[in-house]
Amino acid sequence: MTTRSLSRLLFLAIVSIAVLLASVTIGAADLPLRGVFDALTGAGDETTRTIVLDLRLPRAVLALLVGGALGLAGAVFQALLRNPLAEPWVLGVSGGAAVGAVAAVVLGWNLAAPWSIPLAALAGALLAILLVLRIATHAARGLDTRVLILAGLVVAAFFNAVIQLLLTFSSGETFRSAVFWMMGSLAAASWTSVVVVMAYLLPAMAALLVMARPLNLLAVGEETALYLGTRVERVKLASYLIASLLVAATVAVSGIIGFVGLIVPHAIRLLWGSDHQLLLPASVLLGGGFLLAADTAARTVAAPAELPLGVITALVGVPLFVVLLTRRAV
Amino acid sequence: MNAPPVFETRDLHFRYEGTPQPALDGISLGVRSGSLYAVIGPNGSGKSTLLKLLLGVLNAGNGSVRYSGRPVADWSRRAMAQRVGVVPQGEESVFPISVREMVGMGRYPHLGMLGRPMSQDREAVDEAMRRCDVIDLADRPISRLSGGERQRVLIARALAQRPSTLVLDEPTVSLDIRHEMEIFELLAELTTVDGVTVVLVTHHLNLAARYADRLLLLDRGVAVAEGPPGEVLTRDTIERVYEWSVVVNAHPGPGRDAGAPQIIPLAGEDVRT
Repeated sequence: MTTRSLSRLLFLAIVSIAVLLASVTIGAADLPLRGVFDALTGAGDETTRTIVLDLRLPRAVLALLVGGALGLAGAVFQALLRNPLAEPWVLGVSGGAAVGAVAAVVLGWNLAAPWSIPLAALAGALLAILLVLRIATHAARGLDTRVLILAGLVVAAFFNAVIQLLLTFSSGETFRSAVFWMMGSLAAASWTSVVVVMAYLLPAMAALLVMARPLNLLAVGEETALYLGTRVERVKLASYLIASLLVAATVAVSGIIGFVGLIVPHAIRLLWGSDHQLLLPASVLLGGGFLLAADTAARTVAAPAELPLGVITALVGVPLFVVLLTRRAV
Repeated sequence: MNAPPVFETRDLHFRYEGTPQPALDGISLGVRSGSLYAVIGPNGSGKSTLLKLLLGVLNAGNGSVRYSGRPVADWSRRAMAQRVGVVPQGEESVFPISVREMVGMGRYPHLGMLGRPMSQDREAVDEAMRRCDVIDLADRPISRLSGGERQRVLIARALAQRPSTLVLDEPTVSLDIRHEMEIFELLAELTTVDGVTVVLVTHHLNLAARYADRLLLLDRGVAVAEGPPGEVLTRDTIERVYEWSVVVNAHPGPGRDAGAPQIIPLAGEDVRT
């Protein structure tokens, strides 16, 4: 890693921490930065400590983790599929997760146990991953990434139909909560969910980050990757499974948050190029910072109402991305 | 000299799944260390298939292909990549990357997944870019290069591997005369000065005749002729394999390759054999 790459990552890390601090101070009760620092070090008054440590901080940390995971997974899928349009949801994980969640809502499980939606979503996501992998490896010898995209598309289309079928037979209120879930939210964040997610996210992220060079080669072509010493089949399978599970894990805690995984890697590429040794860690940091900023907006802009997180990521993300794209193309 | 041939095949057969015809039928060859070996033949004669078998990308089984005396299947991809540089036919990165990044990938086999590039790695990259005349393009995105420049970048990437063997699949397609000659001069220099073994697939019979130590002429998966250019490129053989009338003249010189057979395909209505 060059000094220039390191300083770029350091810059993103500092920005993320600044967003984190800002996010913890802003809310229904605006807290002074001073009070936040006191709360973080265990001092200060009880109310501030509760707001900071039990409500805002876990939610902010979860936003960083989920955003980072989505940014990273998007970058990995784009390289693996050699397709700039790839994003974390392109291979059907979101469809499977949504079926699980909607089924839980429609069947009323969520009233019996609050954890049933995330668990059902996770189960649906895992089912989708297995289905796509099975179809793709059956249709072609080894893992043909073109077949993988097709398998993801048809599985997603099938699950979509199932969701619409389920919603057809559901009441208005059920419909509303199911749709709201599908737009993504971090409102249910707690330290428990942070720890559960972190236990999987951190090792998965580490495993993907060390695949930067093989992914550089895969983005050029599989033949090139072979000739430059990569065990291509192994890298493809490992990166597909790890990134998919990473995405599935975010689904369980935050629903389906669109767009972060698509634009964050492209933003990094436009700014700093396509070397995955920088792209992957930078996508983690920018994805985390961006999602945290979006979530902070989601819970404050129309307070006390909360806006759907996916709406904010697209509403803010698209214009920002278009500016970057057009400015760069000149 | 008892060193084993760099590449060696014995009675190599290969058939793609689902096709009735064998792509290669009984090829035996030995590529001597430090030589320039060219594989020629009409389209679809099995040249690229042969390269893929030599490189272990396709597997013929039963150890009928050896690299440095060992069956290719026994070589790990990385160990192979530390010794063999390959210039494949056009693969394009889907994302914008610079010339320096592309050439830098040639160091990956030596660095592994996490090794830090040292000064020797940067030197290898710079030297490779200089030899292929792309150092001035180092910071340009690959997508903005001409076809010829792109080809030279791929060769530079292979040279950055500091390989003892270099394998090229039609490396001078779409190059102008100067750049084409520069590539062949570079390959000649690599064999004679650096002792690199070069295996090359090409359609340029005349350049192959001037630069290669030995030629292998393939036709529909069969080795029609193998040997020094003067023995392989006879009028009879060429007309039979390519189904076109030709004359074969000796290269008039000047140059060290004066006398090499040069093929001129004839024009006109009655020339088809």
